[in-house]
Amino acid sequence: MLRFALGRILQAIPVLLAVITITFLLVHSAPGGPFSADKAVPPEVLIALEAQYKLDLPLWQQYSGYLGDVLRGDFGPSFKYPGRTVNELIATGFPVTAELGIYAMLVAISIGVIAGVLAAVRPNSIQDYVPMSLAMIGICMPSFLLGPLLVLFFGIYLEWLPISGWNNMPGDKILPAITLGTGYAAYVARLTRGGMIEVLSQDYIRTARAKGLPEFLIVFKHGLRGGLIPVVAFLGPAFAGMLGGSFVVETIFDIPGLGRFYVQAAFNRDYTMILGTTVFFAGLIIIFNIISDILAMWMNPRLQSKTHGPEK
Amino acid sequence: MLEVKNLKIYFHTRNGITKAVDDVSFSLNAGETLAIVGESGSGKSVICHAIMDLLEKPPARIESGSITLGGENIFDCTKQRMRQLRGNDIGMIFQDPMTSLNPNLTIGEQLIEPLIYHSDPDKRIGRRDSRLRAIGLLSEVGIPDAKNRIDNFPHQFSGGMRQRVMIAMALIGEPRLLICDEPTTALDVTVQTQILELIKKLQAKQRVGIIFVSHDLGVVAGIADKVLVLCDGVAMESGKTEDIFYKTKSQYTRSLLEAIPSGGKPGKEFVATGTPLVETSNLSIIFNGGSGSGESDVKAVDDISLQIYPGEILGLVGESGSGKSTLGRSILRLIPPQKGKVIFEGNDLTNLSHSELIRFRRKMQMIFQDPYASLNPRMTIYQTLAEPMLHHGMAKQEDALEKVLQLMDEVGLEHRHIHKYPHEFSGGQRQRIAIGRAISIKPDFIVADEPVSALDVTIQSQILGLIMNLVERHKITMLFISHDLSVVRSVTDRVAVMKSGRVIEDGKTEQLWQIPQDAYTKELLKSIPIADPRSERRRLLMNRNKKKGSDF
Amino acid sequence: MNSEKRFIGTFEKGSSLWGDAWVRLSKNKLALAGLGLVIFFCGVSFLTPWIAPYGYEEQNLVLGASPPSSQHLMGTDIFGRDLLTRIMYGGRISLFVGFIATAVALVIGISWGAIAGYLGGRVDAFMMRVVDILYALPFMIFIILLMVVFGRNILLLFFAIGAVEWLTMARIVRGQVMSLRKQEFVESAYAMGLPRHIIIIRHIVPNALGPIIVYATLTIPNVMLLEAFLSFLGLGIQPPQSSWGLLINYGVETMEEYPWLLIFPGLALSLTLFALNFLGDGLRDALDPRTSID
Repeated sequence: MLRFALGRILQAIPVLLAVITITFLLVHSAPGGPFSADKAVPPEVLIALEAQYKLDLPLWQQYSGYLGDVLRGDFGPSFKYPGRTVNELIATGFPVTAELGIYAMLVAISIGVIAGVLAAVRPNSIQDYVPMSLAMIGICMPSFLLGPLLVLFFGIYLEWLPISGWNNMPGDKILPAITLGTGYAAYVARLTRGGMIEVLSQDYIRTARAKGLPEFLIVFKHGLRGGLIPVVAFLGPAFAGMLGGSFVVETIFDIPGLGRFYVQAAFNRDYTMILGTTVFFAGLIIIFNIISDILAMWMNPRLQSKTHGPEK
Repeated sequence: MLEVKNLKIYFHTRNGITKAVDDVSFSLNAGETLAIVGESGSGKSVICHAIMDLLEKPPARIESGSITLGGENIFDCTKQRMRQLRGNDIGMIFQDPMTSLNPNLTIGEQLIEPLIYHSDPDKRIGRRDSRLRAIGLLSEVGIPDAKNRIDNFPHQFSGGMRQRVMIAMALIGEPRLLICDEPTTALDVTVQTQILELIKKLQAKQRVGIIFVSHDLGVVAGIADKVLVLCDGVAMESGKTEDIFYKTKSQYTRSLLEAIPSGGKPGKEFVATGTPLVETSNLSIIFNGGSGSGESDVKAVDDISLQIYPGEILGLVGESGSGKSTLGRSILRLIPPQKGKVIFEGNDLTNLSHSELIRFRRKMQMIFQDPYASLNPRMTIYQTLAEPMLHHGMAKQEDALEKVLQLMDEVGLEHRHIHKYPHEFSGGQRQRIAIGRAISIKPDFIVADEPVSALDVTIQSQILGLIMNLVERHKITMLFISHDLSVVRSVTDRVAVMKSGRVIEDGKTEQLWQIPQDAYTKELLKSIPIADPRSERRRLLMNRNKKKGSDF
Repeated sequence: MNSEKRFIGTFEKGSSLWGDAWVRLSKNKLALAGLGLVIFFCGVSFLTPWIAPYGYEEQNLVLGASPPSSQHLMGTDIFGRDLLTRIMYGGRISLFVGFIATAVALVIGISWGAIAGYLGGRVDAFMMRVVDILYALPFMIFIILLMVVFGRNILLLFFAIGAVEWLTMARIVRGQVMSLRKQEFVESAYAMGLPRHIIIIRHIVPNALGPIIVYATLTIPNVMLLEAFLSFLGLGIQPPQSSWGLLINYGVETMEEYPWLLIFPGLALSLTLFALNFLGDGLRDALDPRTSID
C-alpha cells in the first residue's frame, strides 16, 4: 500500500516536469512577443521590459531559471499587472475557486451517490428511470448552458437568488455550486448505478441474503463499498474537469476566482500568469489523481494486500 | 421437519413459460440427508432458492404448492419472518466459494454479522461474544490458527479453506436445515473428500437436516439417506439411497447411472511400437509474477519428459494448478517453453517461427474444455468448419459445403443447422462442433483439454463415445487431459499424474490403478467417489480410519 | 453443384450476434429515437446551404432582435439575422467537429491500443505507460493554452480534442484485444495454423467491434461538448464562423432581453447530446454479450 503510494508519487515527478517543460516551450514559441500586442511601445522601453523579464537571455537559460524558480515555489511577476506576482494572484484567486470546487463536489457526490443507489436497488422501475433520466439531462446540459438558465429562472424571473458575485450576498454561492456540480452529479449517479448493479448481482450478495441480513445492510455494507470503487476512481478526473468548469462558472457568475483570472490571462496574453497557473493547476490535478487512485486501491483489499502479507 | 408439497415454479419470460419445477414433493427429518440429483436445468437449484425465498420474482413465480418448515408455511411468511428463518433456521452453502464470499470484508465480519444484526432483537449477541463463537466455529470446521485468521480477507484463503468458511457461516445461526448447493463441485477431488467428511461430522453433532444438491452420483451415494432424482423440473424417482442405486425404477435414473464412466478402456491392450510421435524433453515453463507485483515466479511445467507413441491415448491427470493444461498447450506451441524441447515426428518444434509452424499445425489439433469459449460467436458452423479446410487446401470453395456436411454427419450434427451460430446450440452440440473442427483437417495428434468437464453426465458419455470412435477410425494419437480420474481411466492406455508442474508417476492405466506407487497418486485414487452406496461408504470409512491412524 | 441443390431447402437460418443486437436495439425506443434524431440533424446540417430559410450573413437591421414569428421561426438576433439559419450553420460546424475529432481519436486510439494489446509484453508496457502519463496531464488547460498561443484555428481544435480523446479509446481497444487473445477460440485459430492476418480480421476484429462502436458513439457528444465549451469561452470557433457553443455565448450576453437567443441554441445542443447519448447507451445494452446469452 505504502509502496504503491510512493510509486505513484515518484511517477508524478516526471509528469510534472513534462508539464512545466511543454507549457514553457509552448508559451515561448507563441508567435509575437508578449508586448507586441500593446500599442506602439517605444523600442527602448521594450528592451528595458525584456531585460526586466529576462526575455533577452537564451531560451535554455530562461528555462533553467524558471525551473529553479518554480521549484522554489516562485512563479515570477505578472506581465500585465505590473508590481504583482503570479503567486499573489494565485493566492487571491485560489481560495475562492477551491471553495466553489468543494461545494460543487459535495453536490456531485451526495446527489450522485443517492440517486445511483436508488436506481440500482430497483433497476428498470420508476425508482430507476426518474433519477437516471434526470442524470441524462444533467449530462446533456453543460454548465455554460445550465448556469445562464438557472440565472434566468431563479435570479431574474423568480428573483429568489442573487445572480452574481461571491460572498457579497447570502445565497450567492448556491447557483454557482449547483451549476458546477450538476454535470458531475449526473456522472457519479451513472457510475454508482453501474457499479452497484454489478456488485448486487454478485454471488456474495446472495450469500448475504441467505444469512437473513436486512436489505439496507446488504446494500450499504456489502454493496456500496465495491460499488463505489468506480466512483472513487472518477474523483480525480472529476476534479480536473471541475477546474476547467470553474473557468466558465466563474465567468458566468462574475466570481473572482483563479479560473476567471486564467481566462483573462489567456485573453491578455499574460504569459507568466498562464505559465504559472498552468503549472499550479497541473500539480493540483496530479495530486488529486494520486489521492483518488490510492483511495480506490485502499477500498479494494485484494489489491491492498498485494504488497504486504503472503497469500495463502 | 421440512415438507415440500406439489411445488410448481414457472419462469415467465418474454420467450414463454419454462416449467422449472413441476409438481415436486418431498420431506426431510432432522438429522437426515436428502440428495437432490439432476443435470443442469433440472430445477434442483430452483427448489433450494425457493426454500430460502431467494428466487428473483419475476421471472420466477410460485404457481402452487407449499413448503413447510416445522409446521410453518414459508410462502405465508412475511419478509421479516423470512429473514429470521434464513438467519436462524436455514443455512445455505453455495457452489463456488471463490465468489460467494464478499471480497471486501474480513471473514470474521461476514461470520458474525447475522448474529449482531439479527432480525429478532432478543437473539442479538454482542460483537465480542459473536467473535468468540466465530473463532470456535472456524476451528471446528478445520481452519488452523482461527484466532488470527478470522481477520483475514477471503482472497487470503485457498478454495477448500473458503468452503470451510462458508460452512461455518451457514452454521453460525445453528440452523435446523442446511442446504448445500453443489458444495464440492468447484473443488479438487482430494479437497472434496475432506469437505464431505466435515459436513457429515457436523451433521452428526448438530443433528441438522441436510438438502444436498449434486449432479455427482458418486458423492450422493456416500452422503445421502434419501435421493430425489429430477429431470426438467419433474421428479423422476425418489426413495432411500440404496433403493435408488440397487432397485432403480425409472429409466432416467438408470441412464444416469449407466453414463458414469467405470472400469478401464475396452479393447485390447495398447503396445507401443516404433518411435514416439510426440516427445517432450526436459520441458519447463515459468510464468513470472510480473515485476513489482511482489509475486514470485511460478514453475507451471517443471522439467517434463514425456513420449506419446503413434495410436496411443495418454491421460494426463492432476488437480487444478498442477500445470496439466499448460503442458498440453506448450506441446502445441500455443505457449512457448522456456527450456527443453518439443519434438513432433522427429522435428524439433521449439524454435520454429509462426510461419514455419503452420506446416505442423495441420497435423496437431486441440479440443478445449469450454465449448462456449472455444467457438467464435460470430461465425456459423459452416464458417467454423470450412475455414481450416479451405485454408489448408483440404477443400475448395466448390466442395466445401459437401465436406462440411460430411463432417457434421461424422460428429452427429443435423444438416439443417449448418448456418446457425454457436449460441443457438446446447453445450454438447457445441462440443461436437469443436470436435468437428479439430478433425476437419485430419490431424495425427490431438490434445483434448478437459473435453467433457463442462458437460452433464449423460452428454459427457455421448461425447466421450464420439471422441473414442473418431480416434479409432482416424487412427489419432491423443493427449487426454482431465481432472476426472474415472473418465481418464475409461479412455486412456497410459496415464501420467501431475502435481505442481512435475510428472510424479506414469504407467499403464490399469496397472497404475491397481498398484499406484506414489503417495499422492494413492491419495488421488482414494478420493474418487464411487457411485455405489456400499462401496462408497466403505471407501469413506477406510479413509476416516486411515486418517485417524495417521493422526495419532 | 448437385449437393447444394439437395440440401439448400432444408437449411435453417441462424441468428447472428449482430442480428440479435439489432433486434434488441430496435426494441429500445429511446435509442431508436436517438438514432432518428442524429440522422435528422446530420441530414439537415448537410443540406443547410440549400434549405436554410435565409442567408447566413443576411442582416435586417431594421428588424433587430425579434421573438419567434412565422417569418423567423426561432426569432432573430440583434442584427436581425435569422436564428434558425444561424443554428443550422452552427450545427454544421458543431457536428463536423464532433465527428472529425472523434474519427481522429478513433484512428489513433485503435491503432495504439491494438498494437499494444496484440504485441503485449514490453512494447505493451511501454505504450501503456505513455498513455498513463498523458492521462495525468491536465488536457483542458493544454487545449486552452494551445488555442491562446497558436490562435483559434479549427484544425488545431480537431487535433487538440482528438489528442485528448484517443487515450480512453486506446485503453478500451487494448483491453479488448488482450482479453480476446486469451479467448479459446482465438487460441484454437492459432492451433488451426491460420495466418495472423486471418486471425486478426476474422476472429479478433469482429469481436472487438462492439465496445468500439459504443465508445465512439459516446465520444462524439463529449467532443461536441468540449468544442462548445471552448467556443463559449471565446477560445474555440471564431466569428464569422459559428457553432452552437458560440451562439450560446452570444445568447448569454443578452438573455435578459432576448431569452430565445439562449434557449434555441441551447436546445439544439442539448437535444443532439441527448440523442447521441441515448443511442450510445442503447448500443451498449444491445451489444453487451452478457445480455446476449439468453
